[in-house]
Amino acid sequence: MEVDKQTGIYVPSTELDKLDKTESNQIEALKERSQQPIPDPDRWLDEELSRNILLTSVDAMLNWARRSSLWPVVCFPACCAFEFIATAASRFDISRFGMEVIRASPRQADLMITAGTLTWKMAPQVRRIYDQMAEPKWVIAMGACGIGGGIFRSSYNVVPGYNRIVPVDVYVPGCPPRPEALLYGIRMLQRKISEESIVTESR
Amino acid sequence: MTAALSGKEIADKLEKQLPGSIVESSQESLVIKSEFLLSVATFLKDTPGLDFNYLAAITAVDYYDYFEVVYQLTSLEHNHSLVVKARCYERDNPTLPSMVSLWRGADLQEREIYDLMGISFDGHPNLKRLFLWQGFKGHPLRKDYR
Repeated sequence: MEVDKQTGIYVPSTELDKLDKTESNQIEALKERSQQPIPDPDRWLDEELSRNILLTSVDAMLNWARRSSLWPVVCFPACCAFEFIATAASRFDISRFGMEVIRASPRQADLMITAGTLTWKMAPQVRRIYDQMAEPKWVIAMGACGIGGGIFRSSYNVVPGYNRIVPVDVYVPGCPPRPEALLYGIRMLQRKISEESIVTESR
Repeated sequence: MTAALSGKEIADKLEKQLPGSIVESSQESLVIKSEFLLSVATFLKDTPGLDFNYLAAITAVDYYDYFEVVYQLTSLEHNHSLVVKARCYERDNPTLPSMVSLWRGADLQEREIYDLMGISFDGHPNLKRLFLWQGFKGHPLRKDYR
């Protein structure tokens, strides 16, 4: 490589130097062309509309809607129900997450919070409630009994964990879990839902 | 406060009315021979002055050698109570007379005892398992279960 003594500019001498020069020209040209930002794709909207319309992807939109309106179904066989009731009531207030509507009908619900010990005699009814829920649906196993049968695990009539009966998305430990723990579990589930995609969804 | 009647005093009355019906009696309770149980219960319910018109609870205990069924009777009229017991020495098919014809409240409690302890009650109108499902093997509250 040579340098012009008077100007201090590189003088291309070899083939490699010519390649460098070409690249430099390309970058300079692109930089020259890119001094102004490219207009947003919603520029065709007039001002009134563009203040009221957001453009996003279908996944982001669906997941936002799904995670923000999780309606729990009534499935409260034992004492964890009281912690759930506390969670639903004004002090902890799950309506902040759009889920204060606790449905008596599984056909209107998206989320099963399994608040309590499950006996084998009750298990077919829980499975039926789960089957009657409309897709997409999620399950939070609440408390030690919901996760693995808890202290009743070796009993003759207790199901050792709801995952024997229904697929579980989030496990919330505790005996019973504090409302804060359940809220944390709900936030975990919302995060999980926000990462789902309708294209690869295999549920 | 409900007055607990002495088992001994009631035993004296019963011994006059139904000789040979008492196995043993104490201050707290009295144990009745199982074949006399229904007639003793009828006597306790219908005799003026006793009037045990309310069966508060039935429970069963496994003492390995025998089962003991405990009846807790109350008179709402006189506000007194009594504990009556009966024993079954058979393990394969222990049987006692049913109390449903005297106290309707015995219905579910006898079914519960049949379910969990395996004691049959003669004359029960619907003796099926209550908490467990039909076809469950064994009676889980027995001491020798599993």
